[in-house]
Amino acid sequence: MNAGDAPDIRALQADIVIVGGGGAGLRAAIAAAEANPQLDILLLSKVYPMRSHTVAAEGGCAGVIQLHDSLDAHFDDTVSGGDWLCDQDVVDYFVHHATEENLRLEHWGCPWSRKADGSINVRAFGGMKIERTWFAADKTGFHILHTLFQTSLKYPSIRRCDEYFCTDLLLEDGACAGVQAIDMRNGTHTLIAASAVILATGGAARVYRYNTNGGIVTGDGMALAYRQGVALRDMEFVQYHPTGLPGSGILITEAARGEGGVLTNSDGYRYLQDYGLGPETPLGEACNKYMELGPRDRLSQAFWHEAKAGRALATSRGEAVNLDLRHLGEARINERLPFIRDLARTYVNVDAVHEPIPVRPTAHYTMGGIQTDRHTATALPGLFAVGECASVGLHGANRLGSNSLAELSVFGRVAGEQAAARASQGPAVDPRRLLARAQDNAAGWESLREARGGEHLATIRDEMARAMEDGAGIFRLPGQMQQTCAKIAELKGRYRELGLVDRSRVFNTEWLNAIELGNLLDVAEAMAHAALARKESRGSHQRIEDFPERDDAQFLRHSLVYRAADTPRLDWQDVVITRSQPAERHYGAAGQQESKP
Amino acid sequence: MLQVSIYRYNPETDQQPYMEDFEFDTQGRDLMVLDVLEQLKARDSSVTYRRSCREGVCGSDGVNINGKNGLACITPLSATVRKNKLVIRPLPGLPVVRDLVVDMSMFYAQYEKIQPFLQNNTPAPAIERLQTPEDRAKLDGLYECILCACCSSSCPSFWWNPDRFVGPAGLLQAYRFLADSRDTATDERLSRLDDPFSVFRCHGIQNCVNVCPKGLNPTRAIGHIRTMLLTRAT
Repeated sequence: MNAGDAPDIRALQADIVIVGGGGAGLRAAIAAAEANPQLDILLLSKVYPMRSHTVAAEGGCAGVIQLHDSLDAHFDDTVSGGDWLCDQDVVDYFVHHATEENLRLEHWGCPWSRKADGSINVRAFGGMKIERTWFAADKTGFHILHTLFQTSLKYPSIRRCDEYFCTDLLLEDGACAGVQAIDMRNGTHTLIAASAVILATGGAARVYRYNTNGGIVTGDGMALAYRQGVALRDMEFVQYHPTGLPGSGILITEAARGEGGVLTNSDGYRYLQDYGLGPETPLGEACNKYMELGPRDRLSQAFWHEAKAGRALATSRGEAVNLDLRHLGEARINERLPFIRDLARTYVNVDAVHEPIPVRPTAHYTMGGIQTDRHTATALPGLFAVGECASVGLHGANRLGSNSLAELSVFGRVAGEQAAARASQGPAVDPRRLLARAQDNAAGWESLREARGGEHLATIRDEMARAMEDGAGIFRLPGQMQQTCAKIAELKGRYRELGLVDRSRVFNTEWLNAIELGNLLDVAEAMAHAALARKESRGSHQRIEDFPERDDAQFLRHSLVYRAADTPRLDWQDVVITRSQPAERHYGAAGQQESKP
Repeated sequence: MLQVSIYRYNPETDQQPYMEDFEFDTQGRDLMVLDVLEQLKARDSSVTYRRSCREGVCGSDGVNINGKNGLACITPLSATVRKNKLVIRPLPGLPVVRDLVVDMSMFYAQYEKIQPFLQNNTPAPAIERLQTPEDRAKLDGLYECILCACCSSSCPSFWWNPDRFVGPAGLLQAYRFLADSRDTATDERLSRLDDPFSVFRCHGIQNCVNVCPKGLNPTRAIGHIRTMLLTRAT
């Protein structure tokens, strides 16, 4: 291509395009292939599917399986855990289908951990009244991802475009008619016309400085949809996982506490009893919804108070508290938490058998995402979204650990079936009709590759991550929130002055990182503005200075953020409430009182 | 100052690959090799490699570090640096796309060839297929493979016959399904491997065992497959 020419575009066609090869995307692909084997399904991902971040999920995957458990109990835990911001029809559908999906994974080869009689074993998890977390040692996401990927290989109708970076959604007659992507291997702009598109691109915790997420978790799908006028919903709700390693933010699974690990401050005191989660439970006897098995939002907030009161440990990697597993003994740690032992040894030089692991809260999960209905359809016809990039209405204001892996299967299947139903009605549009738009888009990305401004990628990224930590972190203070919104707007301006060094078309990671940074900035903008607009405290969104209480009269509603020229436009959507009226959330002894008839 | 030497090759601009030297100040910290790469990339953003989870579970950043394959994200400098030198090259034996990024298609093709999915010819029950903890434990040491290709790309037999020798990673996975009490396709699986190349090109050199970042032992798994093939033949 010579300067001034329209960029070359390779045109492909498929019935369904799925963007993202993690758990949700793979489950959707399998469901679509089973629903209609005639459909041509194209799974496109910026990494080989096995590298997707589902791989790093550790603790487990929810699904009612014990006789003394019930779907109602899982429903109640999820809805109260989400501080009543969950859509209850969605939660009902989810709890009804989680177990069958977990069993299907078993039939597909998932190596779930077992009881002595050979049946599925389950472990305790935060905010869950009864043990219902299926696990495969402490690498549950890894095994689910591998099982789904392996199973997808059985279906000849699933084609893959590995290491293709999706840059745009393509619209025609008011519907999503395909996607555009860069073939990373040679920089070729590729358009793929399709009758249905499923976004399954995962979360966006890389907008924060300290996070548990891999480098690829940059909110790409959220930004793609946002730019086409689709709302991002409940973006102010970002989960801080209470136990990440200081410095790196690497995840230490909640299962460490489910197995009986305890948290202590610099005085060696189990401080959670001072935060409405007590009384203190006996060492090594984890008790559901008490102490260390309280919900993640409460535990992360408790850390913040302890640190402020000077009771955190000072480590070379920053403030931390201790996660003590020593009383579990070497055999149990090796059987149930082998990866945790490895991680602690590798990254903080601690052998969990002999010493406590230093931990601190780190950004982990985006409860919000692309607004969808309960069938995973977005407001844009032909576009579906599923998994962490989507907001189907399941997690409300705080997700319970182990509900998100189950979500991938339950709603991944729904998305695949819905997309298959749409694609079965008729073929994709002729790719030639999308060509002119694809060329325009490609010209934009080419000028980014050639960008010669004075701003540095890493500088903008660092400033964004710091601003989000300051103004949209565990606690949100009014002045800082305003500053963060202003900072993101400033950075979006400076982003246009970016200068890149690498001009190559071959595996140009600087170019792709620049596109990712554009995505992160859009997502950060939506998060910061939604946080500012929600003038109450609920779940993971806490404004202790100006609005410390939950305000159901005004804010028992989902926030919707729409992209607009200057500042984004906010709107609200009612929460679906079917049978659980909002009440106070109680854990520890107070929760026990409440659950008695 | 740590002397870092990185393999560079961009097919668009370079006639030949070359080694580029950097001076790197660790400030006394025992960083991971990936941290060094990330900081060098901040200096020269054209340095190209794959990475994601940065905790040794996604398998993206397999590279050759001071002559030995490993994951950059879980290899501390203290474990590899001798005489103040750190030499990072792409995984050997695979075509280089750019710098430290290799073309892994042949590696993945061998993995897919062994049909790495559970096969069971009985109807799926309404509940789980039972599996005792002892049977589940037979997958230990097999099912942790992250497909980083450190093993296969260190294997001389795979260098010679990447199209016909399944290689240590693929064979480890083949045995993972042979060892699974829920899989009933043992005979078909063995038949597909029963030729002079797929398994028998392994000469027990054990480079795979030496480099596996997850501490797995493909050679032992290959031995089990050989025994199964030979037992079946008699």
